[in-house]
Amino acid sequence: MTSVTGFDLAGVSVGPPNRRRLDAVDLHLSDIGITAMAGASGSGKSTLLRLLNRLDVPTAGAILWRGVSLDDLDVLMHRREVGMVFQAPAVAPCTVFENLAIGAIDLDNETAEDLCRLVSLDPTFLDRPATELSGGERQRVCLARTIATGAEVILADEPTSSLDPEATEVIEDLAQRFAAPDSPMPVAWIWVSHDPAQVSRLANRVVVLGHGRVLAEGAVEDLREHESAEVRRAVTA
Amino acid sequence: MNGDLADIGLSGLTISGILIGIALVLSLIRQLGVERDLVVAAIRALVQLLLVGFALRIVVDDDDPLIWTWIWVVLMVLVAAHTVRRRAPEVPNVALLAGVAFAAAAAVSLGVLFGLRVFEPTGRAIVPLAGMLVGNSMTATVVVSRRIVAEARDHRDLIEARLALGLSSHDAFAPHLREALRTGLVPQIETTKTVGLVAIPGAMTGLILAGVEPVEAVRVQVAVMYLVLGSVSTTAAVMALGLTRKLFTRDHRLDVGPAGTTP
Repeated sequence: MTSVTGFDLAGVSVGPPNRRRLDAVDLHLSDIGITAMAGASGSGKSTLLRLLNRLDVPTAGAILWRGVSLDDLDVLMHRREVGMVFQAPAVAPCTVFENLAIGAIDLDNETAEDLCRLVSLDPTFLDRPATELSGGERQRVCLARTIATGAEVILADEPTSSLDPEATEVIEDLAQRFAAPDSPMPVAWIWVSHDPAQVSRLANRVVVLGHGRVLAEGAVEDLREHESAEVRRAVTA
Repeated sequence: MNGDLADIGLSGLTISGILIGIALVLSLIRQLGVERDLVVAAIRALVQLLLVGFALRIVVDDDDPLIWTWIWVVLMVLVAAHTVRRRAPEVPNVALLAGVAFAAAAAVSLGVLFGLRVFEPTGRAIVPLAGMLVGNSMTATVVVSRRIVAEARDHRDLIEARLALGLSSHDAFAPHLREALRTGLVPQIETTKTVGLVAIPGAMTGLILAGVEPVEAVRVQVAVMYLVLGSVSTTAAVMALGLTRKLFTRDHRLDVGPAGTTP
């Protein structure tokens, strides 16, 4: 069944028949709150996320965003609406301000300072070369520049896996603040994580993938009681 | 013009072979083990150039129709495109792209030189000038195309981050393309800057040996260098345009193999 909210995937496969990275996936993903995508390495989590940003296209099946096929949408507009941050925070070799302006060319100083505050970065960072920042700070620059495009959903591909616990906590806290119903700038998250503790801390809803298929979906507490050990492992710290 | 100066005759050619003898003796004394390669290289150069010389007699003869000249130019472009494919095997469709790039460079550069009557459009002028054009563009084409592909693969994360922010493939790749083009063009620009200070270039050397006044030789040489710079830039620009289309899909996705794979 399709809906006018979030993503709907119907029979989505990626890869040749004998080596499917995703295999006939049917799924609804909400555009509210935080949905975690959990599962072992190689289960197809990142592949699925890339499809949603249209950095890749499925070999078979259809993906709808708010009821419209991704094939029928302007891909550049879609990517601004549904942004993506990656595992390695890839910043351009220029200042933080210039990084924030990559997707927002008419960015002014005041908005740039507001964006810094939104991601808990001191506005004095704006003139600093982005490549000289720490991993956590760079990831926050990546988040801020995605928010600068007006993203309503952020696809986060293990955004804290290369960060220390302190930097991870800052990013998780930001995600929760943005996803809160009373947030002045609500942003939903589809967050790939292989860390069950993080999944438990963050997610309103979890999709567990295994071998390119959806193994289970639901609330964390329900999945902890799931009959499949693989599903239980994905959500139990 | 003193024609005798350029004609060294068979005896002159044989005597110049003494220099190969010296290289052979040095190789033997120092036990370098390159004697066989030296002899093969010397004989191959002689035979290849003699063959080219005989073929060129037909092509550059003012009485023969220009069609032979243009066939020669087309052959040069084909051989150069094939050479580029051999030297840059990792670049998709490189031979076809290089062929188009050389043809574009030839049309622009030779069009200016012959269309505006800088040189008379004779076989004697077209063949060597096209040779300079294609030869120099070939090196730049290999460097630029390899660099473009390497930039796309090495900076995949940053390019995809820009795409994910809603940038078009053209805008997402622009900084990397700029870097690749600079890598290809800077050596040619540097060579043009320092010409004459260290080495006297080939065309000028040939003309002076053939008895042409040095200042006259300089005029020809400068025109040749401008031709080379113009054609190298044109070739690099065409390669950049063509390769960008190969590396990205129409719907702004980077297409250099599955994410996370190392080429």
